[in-house]
Amino acid sequence: MELKHILEAVLFSAQKPMSASELQDILKAAAAQTESHEPKAFAEVKAKPITEALEILAAEHEQAARSYRLVCVAGAWQFVTQPEFGPWLKAMVGHRLRPTRLSKPALETLAIIAYRQPLTRSEIEEIRGVAVDGVMQTLLERELIEQSGRADVVGRPALYGTTTRFLEYFGLRAIVDLPDAEELRRLPVTKPATPPTAEPAPIPNDSIAP
Amino acid sequence: MVDYKVKFEIFEGPLDLLLYLVKKEEVDIYEVNLTKIAGEFIAYVDLMRELDLDLAGEFLVMAATLVYIKSRELLPTDLQSTVEGEEDELDPRWELIRRLVEYKKYKDAASRLQLRESEQENIFPRQPGKPVFEAPAEPQRLDVSLFDLIEAVNAILKRVQSKQVTEIYDDRWTVTEKIVSILKSIAEKETLRFGDLFEGAISRNEVIATFLALLELIRMRRIATAQSESFGEIEITRGEEFAQAASADLTAPATIADATTLAN
Repeated sequence: MELKHILEAVLFSAQKPMSASELQDILKAAAAQTESHEPKAFAEVKAKPITEALEILAAEHEQAARSYRLVCVAGAWQFVTQPEFGPWLKAMVGHRLRPTRLSKPALETLAIIAYRQPLTRSEIEEIRGVAVDGVMQTLLERELIEQSGRADVVGRPALYGTTTRFLEYFGLRAIVDLPDAEELRRLPVTKPATPPTAEPAPIPNDSIAP
Repeated sequence: MVDYKVKFEIFEGPLDLLLYLVKKEEVDIYEVNLTKIAGEFIAYVDLMRELDLDLAGEFLVMAATLVYIKSRELLPTDLQSTVEGEEDELDPRWELIRRLVEYKKYKDAASRLQLRESEQENIFPRQPGKPVFEAPAEPQRLDVSLFDLIEAVNAILKRVQSKQVTEIYDDRWTVTEKIVSILKSIAEKETLRFGDLFEGAISRNEVIATFLALLELIRMRRIATAQSESFGEIEITRGEEFAQAASADLTAPATIADATTLAN
């Protein structure tokens, strides 16, 4: 028997998404509750090989192009349906209570916080170019962001970061899984050799299209 | 008429308007003609004020910056004023472009988040119902009498006797040894069947030694016996005093000699 198939069976009938460490506990408990040899063989499997097995399993499901897939959201694994089957599932489940969609300013503010956290309100405003008070209030109320500390500068302004709820809302495994996370965090905006002028010299290649 | 102001939401802030204007120019942000953009920006701000749209103060700050950039451009390079302490890095044009590029990246990231947001609405987790099982009935635990035990050992003795013994064995089994061996088995497995204890027993004397060890352990309450039905299989489990010090195991120096005597 393979570890990935055991994990698949457990997740298939699990009541809630399960983290690698919860699955580790299950393997241990199964070994303790039985005399047979097989569960004993998996008693001591650590979280890392569990995660690796789950990643292989997820890739296999992806490959098989089934109507469902294995995903990891906020560190916990579960089976979910593919989005294209939404209409039928909506019909089955009935109207699902889902919070209203976020406004564009809210999404922009959230994106800045997600990629640059932790950061202060004034740093967010500097990037967006407008005040963000109302939007921040909405995001805090919806528990997508939270105060994560205080900046070590004069006035000790609050620092903000995203929450687990944020990862769940967007179906993300972790913050590092945001698209282009590295690039956006470091922002390699290099200064062109010649600053733009009224009659700018063309700057080759590595430029960003508007 | 009530003073009615439309909240201007299409462009969220001055950077949005700038990006919109750059996009209209269809040029790279780095190559944009800021002087031209500045003129258009101011024209938009004027238009918005004319339409009586509620304009954020940031628009006016940006307009001022653009006017400053534009005016600087009008002077020949060697006459361009340099604000005291202003290094090349703080060239207002470059600073503005840098902000625009940075803002554009987050704006793009925001639209990717928006895509995910709407995708999530169509993703449904597997939600199996909680499996409901009837709690298994507590296994019946009937007391085992001495007669049950004797009955059981008698059956085993008959089986051992019926085997053809072709070799002569020493009477090398002691009750003490068997006590140790039973305790070891029960420590490994929580439950043993009566028959398991005699598995592999090759002589009558060995069976008797094991049986006496069993009785001794029951007396010491280190093991317990039960059966699930009358005259059923006898099960051996850990007794209340199971976890006694290991040294106590050797306090019953009974030998096979006593055993034979007792059995007869």
